[in-house]
Amino acid sequence: MKVAVVTFPGSNCDYDCYKAMQLFPGIEPAFVWHREQDLGGVDAVVLPGGFAHGDYLRAGAIARFSPIMKSVSEFARHGGPVVGICNGFQILCESGLLPGALLRNDTLRFRSLDVHIRVESTRTMFTPRYREGQVIRMPIAHGEGSYYAAPETLAELEGEGRIVFRYVRRDGELGMGSNPNGSQHNIAGIISADGNVLGMMPHPERAVEEILGSSDGRGLFEALAAHRTGVAA
Amino acid sequence: MTLALAGRPDDPEVTPELVHQHGLSPDEYVRVLAVLGRAPNFTELGIFSAMWSEHCGYKNSKRLLKLLPTQAPWVIQGPGENAGVIDIGDGWALAFKIESHNHPSAVEPYQGAATGVGGILRDIFTMGARPVAVLDSLRFGDLDSPRVRYLFGGVVKGIGDYGNCVGIPNIGGEVFFDRAYDANPLVNAMCLGLMRTDEIIRGEASGIGNVLMAVGARTGRDGIHGATFASEELSEDSDGASRPRVQVGDPFTEKLLLEASLELIRSGHIVGIQDMGAAGLTSSASEMAGRGGSGVDLDVSKVPVREKGMTPYEILLSESQERMLVVAKLGSEAEVIRILEKWELEAAAVGTVTADGHFRVRENGRVVADIPALPLTEGCPIYEREGVEAPEIRDLRERDLSSLLAPEGDLSARFLDLVGSPNIASKRWIYEQYDSTVRTSTVVGPGGDAGVIRVRGTMRGIAATTDCNGRYCFLDPREGVKAAVAEAARNLVCVGALPVAVTNNLNFGSPLRPSVYFQLREAVLGMAEACAFFETPVTGGNVSLYNETGGKVIFPTPVIGMVGILEDVSKALGHGFQAEGDSIVLLGVNREEIGGSEYLYRVEATVAGVPPRVDLYHERQLQRAVLSLSAKGLLRSAHDCSEGGLVCALAESAVGDHERPWGIDVALADALAPVALFFGETQGRIVVSCSPASVDKLLEEAAAHDVPAAVLGTVGPRLGTFSLRAPRGFVRVGSEDIARRYHEAIPALMEGSGR
Amino acid sequence: MKRYHLEVRVKPRPGLLDPQGRAIQHALDSLGFAGTEDIRVGKVIDLALMAGSPDAAVELGREMCRKLLANPVTEDFQVTLMNGARPVEGAE
Repeated sequence: MKVAVVTFPGSNCDYDCYKAMQLFPGIEPAFVWHREQDLGGVDAVVLPGGFAHGDYLRAGAIARFSPIMKSVSEFARHGGPVVGICNGFQILCESGLLPGALLRNDTLRFRSLDVHIRVESTRTMFTPRYREGQVIRMPIAHGEGSYYAAPETLAELEGEGRIVFRYVRRDGELGMGSNPNGSQHNIAGIISADGNVLGMMPHPERAVEEILGSSDGRGLFEALAAHRTGVAA
Repeated sequence: MTLALAGRPDDPEVTPELVHQHGLSPDEYVRVLAVLGRAPNFTELGIFSAMWSEHCGYKNSKRLLKLLPTQAPWVIQGPGENAGVIDIGDGWALAFKIESHNHPSAVEPYQGAATGVGGILRDIFTMGARPVAVLDSLRFGDLDSPRVRYLFGGVVKGIGDYGNCVGIPNIGGEVFFDRAYDANPLVNAMCLGLMRTDEIIRGEASGIGNVLMAVGARTGRDGIHGATFASEELSEDSDGASRPRVQVGDPFTEKLLLEASLELIRSGHIVGIQDMGAAGLTSSASEMAGRGGSGVDLDVSKVPVREKGMTPYEILLSESQERMLVVAKLGSEAEVIRILEKWELEAAAVGTVTADGHFRVRENGRVVADIPALPLTEGCPIYEREGVEAPEIRDLRERDLSSLLAPEGDLSARFLDLVGSPNIASKRWIYEQYDSTVRTSTVVGPGGDAGVIRVRGTMRGIAATTDCNGRYCFLDPREGVKAAVAEAARNLVCVGALPVAVTNNLNFGSPLRPSVYFQLREAVLGMAEACAFFETPVTGGNVSLYNETGGKVIFPTPVIGMVGILEDVSKALGHGFQAEGDSIVLLGVNREEIGGSEYLYRVEATVAGVPPRVDLYHERQLQRAVLSLSAKGLLRSAHDCSEGGLVCALAESAVGDHERPWGIDVALADALAPVALFFGETQGRIVVSCSPASVDKLLEEAAAHDVPAAVLGTVGPRLGTFSLRAPRGFVRVGSEDIARRYHEAIPALMEGSGR
Repeated sequence: MKRYHLEVRVKPRPGLLDPQGRAIQHALDSLGFAGTEDIRVGKVIDLALMAGSPDAAVELGREMCRKLLANPVTEDFQVTLMNGARPVEGAE
């Protein structure tokens, strides 16, 4: 399973994603520079976190026009698995591969901390290793992670079960203290209508080893590693 | 005396007044004349002014700095380079350094702090190392003041925005609030970088004929004479008049420059590289020539500029950010340009390395400055000033505090008040604004005694901490700095790391005041003694003087940045209690020392008394004992006793998890005055916890190291009562009440108003 | 072709929560500027470009907004011709 890690100027989680995926037998990560035209026969794509093009103008707004993004869109249109993490999620929204937008945190501050998220759907190609309703823990680190979409889009996401992760409290409940950034409906991650493009603000690649405080992100990469064999599909 | 090198037609004439405005004394000007053998022109005056400023020339501190220990078998690079470098084993080297950005941050906190982070990152990657962690050591006035809140909020945001964008985890540091810093906040940033031992590169201009290239961002008019600015007292109107001198940072360009520089260094196409930091092109080019024992000949008209019509003076002294000067091997220029272009940056050949030892500057080929490089970089006059202790400080130290030791019985209310002090309370509000987990190597993040990162591909870890209690240093600079060194070392051993080296940041007032020079001298002497004793050599650092406004001088604040090594990073230890029923043990001895304490400041509004004394032998034994216990896996947590004393240390170990704080049940046998026993800041104490089954082994191990140890009590249950009894007093509070005070104090101060 | 100056204003769409605007309103309140309302924080982008006519310049500016300068999900924009006079509403 060859996975492209797209590096934009200003990406800073590309190396982390690369090193995390190397821990999973079956995944062979490869960096792809944003100016490439072609993904080069990969089986999945990761858009990593960071500040692509400095996040100037709006997070993800300029990265969306990087040469490689044509190829990424094409890949996604043909059903190829694409995961956008943090800045990668912002880029996916800006490019229209996912609906909605990520606005400045309602605290108006960058927030870096471990959060609890609840797995809302296990019927995606990325989450079969989790239990429905399972509460997992991983870091967030962003200034613009407040998910926003028009009411009809939100209704669609809810109705179609496309909200994959929601911020919750330690006990798995919504409510006071559960939402770190003001996201609508506590949304931490969503999936495309075709089920092959996942965007999430929390960082699964920072939660793959106990020494770093959590290994709850492993399920996502395990699913990705198994994807080609059809086990996870 | 020969005539001056012809000036440019529009340049001002060099008059005594102009010399004075450039911060050069009449004596220093005489030396300039001697070095040149003639009078300088305007451009040359600017160059001397920058290079002989305190910031670049260390003229008031150099003689003292020579007293510090700098050698050890593991030191690869000591003071004098962009950063110190030590060998950490397995073929890896650690570059690290701390640097101040105090004056810029006092004027424009956001940009001042941001560019401070940018500068220290460049110091690390110009050594060939990849930055892997930053820490910040901050001082502010009282948060009751709106101005202080503005400075504090801006500095934290500036540090965060810059470091977060570049993607370097912030793993710790410290912040301290006291009215002494009301007008002069201190912003010191420390960075650590890793490289293979053979990847080190130095800031040297070597190889006659090699090409000097300006790399990275373009040069603009920002920050001209920042180095001189950093070396003078802030005047009342600094707010307005100084604003143009503050540089603006662009972390996105920094990230690209970081990647491009490391690629350049690994490519073998360059022989030297240096940040264009303080005093910009002038200091980078002349220092590289000075270190390389060579000369440089550069043409400012070839430097890519951001604005039209810039004069040589402006181009030479601009402190525009995110720029590097590299020395490319002759013939490699095209390769250098190609690498920079890949990272969407510019590189331009601006000069060559020469054999004649001169720092020569041209404008369109015509020479506009010509100065012998070595006297420029090394010939700065060095002063030894008069140092005398201020009698009013001596009086404060000698004040009788016995009446303040009277309170006995229930001290719960005083304790809760203390926990709500910003100096004790949780700093989560700050470090949540910093990405602490990027690079996926953070094992112990901010909020602990020291930050720990792993070294990928090895079992090892690196720990780092910054420490200094300015109040102790104010009352007794020599003892105060010894306490800072000892505390730094204790913080490292608490996480399981062996302390190995130090970088320092000497933040003081004007050395022209005998009372300040006394503090500086005493602090350096104390630091030298403690660092030598602990075998933690000083490999570099920074001096920031003139931190005073309107005659109000900051506390002397010699910040210690210390690094340590963990042989097995999986054994890294946190400071929080782990399990109900665990035993709490105090290593070290309680003494009746209340002088200089946070308790006196917070509860009695007093800064006085003899600050706690350090017993170096005892400290070293304590460090060894904790390291040994930690290596044997006998500990569940370890936490240094510092500000707020024993009770606050226990509270910090108990209430770190704000939702589920631990109760404790502790009894102390000491018949000391309870405010001193509970809140005094006696050094040489570490609170550890362990499983009850390990207590005997732990006590044996402590005894074997000649370290007194006492079992204080037990942990738990969660949400239980925090109860502590002593012969003459007690504290009894619900752990949730403590957690609330501890976690909400700073957010309430920062967000409670105006919202 | 002539050189035209455009001012592009981008601001949050009505109804979109603007925490920055809310924070400014609270700050103004606490400074004694009572009764401020509807504070919205956006951005202004000044640019110069070559175009065949004032209308063409404005249309180019609008195209830039649709493609890059504004996010259609969350932002409205307004393009103003600076050396010609008349502002052209551009909310989509």
